[in-house]
Amino acid sequence: MELFKNANFDFLGKKWPFIIASLLLTAAGVVSLIVKGGPKYGIDFAGGVNMYVKFAQTPPVEKLRSALSQKIPGEISVVEIPGTQEVIIGVEQKQEKDLDSARRLVVETLAANFGQTGGKLDLHNTGAGELAARLRDPLQRASVGLSDQQLADLAKAIMNFRDGGPNFGILSSLDQLSAVPGVTPAILNVIKQEVALSPFAIRSVEIVGPKIGAELRNQAILATLYALAGMLVYIAFRFETIYGVAAVIAVFHDTIITIGLFSIFNKEISLTVVAALLTLVGYSMNDTIVVFDRIRENLKLMRREKFPNLVNLSINQTLSRTVLTSGLTFLSAFALWLFGGQVLNGFAFALVVGIIVGTYSSIFIASPILIFWKDWTERRSRRTSGDSGSAVAEKRAAGREPMKAVK
Amino acid sequence: MQSKLRTKFLIILATILVCLYGIVGLPKSKDELLRNLRNNIKLGLDLRGGSHLVLQVQVQDAFKAEADADIERLKDELNRQNIVFSSIERNDPATLEEADKIEIVIKGVPLDKTGAIRSLVSEKFDAWVLTAINSTDYRLTMKPTKALELRRDTLARSMATIESRINGLGLTESTVQPRGRSDAEAELLIQMPGVDDPARVKQILGTAALLELYEVKDGPFATAEQARLNYGGVLPLNSKILRQSARAGEPEAYFVVARTPVITGRDLRSARAQQGEFGKWETAFTLNQDAARRFERFTETHINKRLAIVLDNNIRSAPVIQNRISDSGRITGANDQQEASDLALILRAGSLPASVTYLEERTVGPSLGADSIRQGIISGIVGLLAVVLVMLVYYRRAGVNATVALVLNALILIGVLAYSGAVLTLPGIAGIILLIGMAVDSNVLIFERIREELKAGKGVLAAIDAGFNKAFVTIIDTHVTTVVSCAFLFIFGTGPVKGFAVTLVIGLIANLFTSIFVSRFLFDWDLAGKKNVTSLSI
Repeated sequence: MELFKNANFDFLGKKWPFIIASLLLTAAGVVSLIVKGGPKYGIDFAGGVNMYVKFAQTPPVEKLRSALSQKIPGEISVVEIPGTQEVIIGVEQKQEKDLDSARRLVVETLAANFGQTGGKLDLHNTGAGELAARLRDPLQRASVGLSDQQLADLAKAIMNFRDGGPNFGILSSLDQLSAVPGVTPAILNVIKQEVALSPFAIRSVEIVGPKIGAELRNQAILATLYALAGMLVYIAFRFETIYGVAAVIAVFHDTIITIGLFSIFNKEISLTVVAALLTLVGYSMNDTIVVFDRIRENLKLMRREKFPNLVNLSINQTLSRTVLTSGLTFLSAFALWLFGGQVLNGFAFALVVGIIVGTYSSIFIASPILIFWKDWTERRSRRTSGDSGSAVAEKRAAGREPMKAVK
Repeated sequence: MQSKLRTKFLIILATILVCLYGIVGLPKSKDELLRNLRNNIKLGLDLRGGSHLVLQVQVQDAFKAEADADIERLKDELNRQNIVFSSIERNDPATLEEADKIEIVIKGVPLDKTGAIRSLVSEKFDAWVLTAINSTDYRLTMKPTKALELRRDTLARSMATIESRINGLGLTESTVQPRGRSDAEAELLIQMPGVDDPARVKQILGTAALLELYEVKDGPFATAEQARLNYGGVLPLNSKILRQSARAGEPEAYFVVARTPVITGRDLRSARAQQGEFGKWETAFTLNQDAARRFERFTETHINKRLAIVLDNNIRSAPVIQNRISDSGRITGANDQQEASDLALILRAGSLPASVTYLEERTVGPSLGADSIRQGIISGIVGLLAVVLVMLVYYRRAGVNATVALVLNALILIGVLAYSGAVLTLPGIAGIILLIGMAVDSNVLIFERIREELKAGKGVLAAIDAGFNKAFVTIIDTHVTTVVSCAFLFIFGTGPVKGFAVTLVIGLIANLFTSIFVSRFLFDWDLAGKKNVTSLSI
């Protein structure tokens, strides 16, 4: 099977519509960023509280939102995760000292509105230690003889049962606990007296103070800039400076477009999204290098070919590989997007977008830059030398100075 | 040729075996296999559940306490040397950054005592530098070396206290380490895998737990104002007012107590929770020998007077001393057993020299961790299957080679993770999924090259040779570029980003081995012994 038989598309002849499209997309992203006052940062960077709460039924989003905004000042978001019974409660908080109280208020509001357990211990939102402490006396009264160690083990086993598959944190009834090894009918009775199930479980809590948030943001930006500089230096060393510059401009273009799309789709930039952005930088770079590598090889083989034709030929020669690899990488990123769960959703989105944009930018951004640069340096040298002999120009166009020796 | 192939085969086989051993050991049963797997592959907090806390030690508290202690000492010394003064006060640095700016101002010292006060400070208060504001007032500022020492000492003591509290909670796998670039940031990072009750842990770690027993001079009063009025509006020397917060059945109350405590938390030998009268939980403590002697003398002379038991500047109870007490006491008023035993734990671990604020908390409940692993594995398998399917359809026989190389790539990656003790995190899983894509790229590059060479009319063996050689340069360039960017991610990134970079780099290096060495070997193995190979399934 073969995708392209002797591919010979005139990519660079049609570069302008694509470059204009790129500029438009970049502009749209930048406008969206400006209008919305910068990227929408997740609490990783902005500071605040994020809680994932899983409900036993469809989450009462509206009720939750109004109950929370009555209690807590500031901006509150309640986002339902499609396809699950989970919501993310976000509270933006600019003051370090208010963070813990914001968390406490969310927990209290949840308990007051949804978790009436009538003084019983809420099994969904407790730990093994608390459960053991709560059961100790009642078990003794019911004359179930358990040593402290046995009790601790039992509590632990109940917690593991609650957290593992297929329950993942939410039990539908306490009777399910009879499946836990060690839970006898007598013990189950005691548990039923002391313990209740609220209809929600808090699955994770993230609290980030503004100070750490700003620190993380600066670190992420620094890491990206340093990574770009490092790659530029490496490519300049292996190829030529202009190749490094072209590759970096191309990945910069990809990053701006992706961040712009995040802004347009109102998605948050979190720490994992930054990891994805850096991955897409690496991926796009990878793609560009494959094309550049072919250009370098062809320059040695075909000294008389005009440079634009040679670049076009190189793109065509690597086209099968580009499409196949991008397609396959896209498949794994797409699987991550579909099945990776909410935590990785932003990450996968950035990759899915990044792979498309990254592939395209190698062909329509990085390669044209090389040609523009060649054109420009040629015209300049022709002007300065005053030597307008066409033979010289053609020689310059076709054969660059010999490349650095490559193995 | 044959023996060369055999050597290559042995190298590959050895790699597989070493990696397998690292991942699952030598299991004798299925249970053991699962157990080894769990022990060898360390999961990060985001996958196994747990808490990650960053807290900041409010070092200025220690500076203020140091200044307060020195003010008391200074007053004593000045009195002893008959140097009169109108007031001694310190400023109140509010933030960590201003801690060093602590200063004590002495006002109203007679002109003729200038020499005396100078020599007093230089002899007995060597942490401070004395400067004159005007002829009668002086300012004491802390020497920079002493300030640095105090800062470091406070941080070290806070860390030790927090560590011993965590150990007391039985969170054995937890770690406490300094965070940030310098002492000036005074931040601690606490990682607690498997903790299922982070709110309680935070409470325990954040309590200053400064226990003090004071002699009560007068009280109780309903308000602080009343207490002061009792003395005509001015408190006697060496005394202060402390509050007892409202409790079930008892309203809020204020006591006038001695300025310096008889006993402090440092004098404790042990503390434990016990059930007292009416089955109420309380925390009992015993004193060390030295303090016990002091306490005995004190109680003997203060029978029928009140003693205030103060925790973090709040009076917990103020019982009347009935008879001589030597080495034990109780703190009553706990709501339940857990509260009483938490307090005992905190007292045993000692007090924090300064209060702490939480800057960051990331808690992943164990159920979410389990869910994430499941989702990570599902998406990994789906991605892998899709990729393998396309490779097999598109490259047929060569696709099998690529698949073998791919699986081996993943195996080596997990093996290296197991041997190095690196932690697998959620972004790490994402890195593995991404690696699948990049590993495939190497094979695609090689196979496309071989196809091109075949099309150009080369023989099968020559085409394979040329394909591998030419693709090699490209593969090196792409891999090194990604490794360079991962290196920066690792150096400048934080936790999750680092995990991602580590996994990807290990995977990429393994990929060089599998795509170039293993994949090549599979081609050679396939063709070895066949004569006049004319076609290749690619």
